[in-house]
Amino acid sequence: MRYTAKKLAMMLLTMVIVSFLAFLAFQIIPGDPTVRLLGTDATAESVALLRAELGLDRPFFVRYAAWMQGALQGDFGRSYSYAMPVSELLAGKIGITALLTAVSFLLIVTISLPAGILLCVREHPRLDRAADAVNQLIMAIPPFFTGILMTLVFGLMLRWFVPGSFVSPSEDFWRSAAYLVFPALAIALPRIAMTVKMLRASVRGELTKDYVRTAYSRGNSRWQALCHHVLRNAVVPTVAFLAMTAADLVAGSVVIEQVFSVPGLGRLLLTSIANRDFPVVQAIVVILALWVVLVNGAADLLNQRLDPRLRLS
Amino acid sequence: MRKMKQSRRMIFGGMILSGTMALLALLSAVWTPYSPTAMSGAEKFAPPSWAHWFGTDQFGRDIFSRVMCGMGTTFFIALGTVLIGALIGILIGAVTGYFGGWIDEALMRLNDALTAFPSILLALVFIALLGFGKYNVILALGVAFIPSYARVVRTEFARHREMTYVRSARLMGASHGRIMLRHILPNTTRVLLPALVIGFNNAVLAEAGMSYLGIGVKAPDVSLGYMLSESQGYMMTAPWYVLCTGAVIVLLILGVSLIGEGLQERRGQ
Amino acid sequence: MLEVQDLHVQFHGVDHEAVRGISFTVEDGEILGLVGESGSGKTVTAMVISALLGADRAAIRGRIVLDGVDLLSAAGSTIHQVQGKDICVVFQEPMSAMDPVMRIGPQVEECLRLHTTLNKTERRARALQALRDVELPDAESLYQKYPHELSGGMLQRVMIAAAIVSGPKLLLADEPTTALDVTVQAQILALLKRLNRERGMSILFISHNLNVVRKLCRRVAVMEKGQIVETADTEAVFYRPQADYTKRLIAAIPARRKLHAG
Repeated sequence: MRYTAKKLAMMLLTMVIVSFLAFLAFQIIPGDPTVRLLGTDATAESVALLRAELGLDRPFFVRYAAWMQGALQGDFGRSYSYAMPVSELLAGKIGITALLTAVSFLLIVTISLPAGILLCVREHPRLDRAADAVNQLIMAIPPFFTGILMTLVFGLMLRWFVPGSFVSPSEDFWRSAAYLVFPALAIALPRIAMTVKMLRASVRGELTKDYVRTAYSRGNSRWQALCHHVLRNAVVPTVAFLAMTAADLVAGSVVIEQVFSVPGLGRLLLTSIANRDFPVVQAIVVILALWVVLVNGAADLLNQRLDPRLRLS
Repeated sequence: MRKMKQSRRMIFGGMILSGTMALLALLSAVWTPYSPTAMSGAEKFAPPSWAHWFGTDQFGRDIFSRVMCGMGTTFFIALGTVLIGALIGILIGAVTGYFGGWIDEALMRLNDALTAFPSILLALVFIALLGFGKYNVILALGVAFIPSYARVVRTEFARHREMTYVRSARLMGASHGRIMLRHILPNTTRVLLPALVIGFNNAVLAEAGMSYLGIGVKAPDVSLGYMLSESQGYMMTAPWYVLCTGAVIVLLILGVSLIGEGLQERRGQ
Repeated sequence: MLEVQDLHVQFHGVDHEAVRGISFTVEDGEILGLVGESGSGKTVTAMVISALLGADRAAIRGRIVLDGVDLLSAAGSTIHQVQGKDICVVFQEPMSAMDPVMRIGPQVEECLRLHTTLNKTERRARALQALRDVELPDAESLYQKYPHELSGGMLQRVMIAAAIVSGPKLLLADEPTTALDVTVQAQILALLKRLNRERGMSILFISHNLNVVRKLCRRVAVMEKGQIVETADTEAVFYRPQADYTKRLIAAIPARRKLHAG
């Protein structure tokens, strides 16, 4: 119980640090949003007025405290560019990016785990080497290049989807998901290769351990040893790896959303940085950090359940 | 036995691939088949031929020459990034790992917080701060990668700090600096080298991604990422544009990762 | 009961034999010691008998006859039957020999699960009984624990329990006490002796430690460089060693008497 409390405290601390750093960064960035909004030939008075309205004339820490207070209640302020509450602006987009991330993760798990395990069932040096080579090749292809190729092959040539015709999930969930399979696959592919590699290395490492010899001495076949013993052990570091992957899937989506013209958080983030729309950027950064922190926390808990040696009685 | 041969073959293959790319990159500084910026309305969208190995783009520019320059930019940025990230990261990691204490704790918490920030976002913020251009990208990515190097080095230094050879060096009166530099550091190269290689690849990917999004390198500097974003619009009319540019990036990354893999396998011996 | 006839083992890719034509027998209900230094081939012999080392890694010649069946020329399925049922192994390092993420109970039951048709309740009962037979207290709570919660000595007892639970004809013990504290060693040896007496289970006890072998085994085979140089009753080997090597081994024991002799 104390362990969980400590973990939660750490997570909170991390969130605070991240949000603080983001806030800080945007104070230093040159480029006054008011100038952007009013145009370069605005009068000094109207600029001052707008600044007062937006609350930009208050000292730094006051603004941070005010933001923090609002954020804890779900109020992230108003967007400068879109003149609407940030939370409204983000509401739809979070759903889209969340769906994209979910589909990616699903693809990673459903493809890499069976593939990794199947490749370990038998010892086939040629197959192993071929698999290694394929893995290397896939990992070398940047996700956004894969994405571009997919829009070329599946989009323009085969017409399995029409690039740019994205439908939001709230309108038509399944069509949305169907469209997202392609960008999700682009993000997932290199990570699938990495996970397969990790899993195979993990299993191979476990197979050299003493307890496997004991299993064989009791009459287990290789397949039985895998199922009853090895996989449960090999899965522990793989879970940690999958957690890391889940956390950085969101980063991957930033670029992919651009490739496939998906109106998610990633694209919004880019445009907001360009427009100096601080409240939006701040909010997105915090959300992304929250996601990473949560995923890592969940992975920790899962690890504890899987490996009894990590449990503190 | 077989593993040794395999790892040697990997390093060799990797060096050939990445070496070729490096050569092209270096060459681009002094010579390219055509000027990368020379436009020619007549030769728009020419498919690959003997005259233009990779064909021409929407302005009639020779793609191969542009790819060479882009490769030059990529190398420049990736090497610069690794340099900054590794140097500062090693410094920080060595100091915190060796001395430990509350500085170590504090910096590690900071490190954890920073890793909650995907590095591409960190770089985005920096670019927004500093503006576009090669040098800013190097700075942005370099700083964004510091935490990962620092963590690796810190773990190593913390591990070695307790080892007998360090303790005996202390007993013989060696100063901290000397121990860190001449004793521990050489022992960390086996872990550090693969990290540098991976870091290089990540830098290549990050720069390509950022330039693709338009927030990295700007004209007149040529960037492979930016070329990819341009080529996307002409995928049907000039597919060679996309394919050649992308293939070159893939080959570079593959070459470097083969070297990294080969080094890892040797470490496993 | 177990007869090894002219066993030769040569690992693939190595130019000399690890085991160069050895022969010995383990009678019903006896404890035979196999003694030798590292590299003598004793562990390799054990691995071949328990089918943990097979044709994929070494060229094996000879016969290993268990109650009339030659294990070396038997089909794969027969080997799987024998492993864990007729021949069970106890290894040197109990800590690493157990699956760290599986509870003790299921691991002790494993041989029953693989070779019998008993249901869960019956298996559990047998496992608990085995745990009690190896003198472990509070078998029920031990059943639920994980390996890392127990000490080395307790774990080795658990390993023995797992090995005897299916009532094997032969227990192969490969340096089972080497990794344990001296006091625990004595207890484990006493346990093995008792199990042998009560169940009539033969034991092939492998060790490099003559003292330990002396306490437990009635007969001893001494191995050097892949060959058996002497086989005799333990007392005979100690008081009237025939082979040079045996004499050297005995001379190398730090004797308590020597201290008094001054």
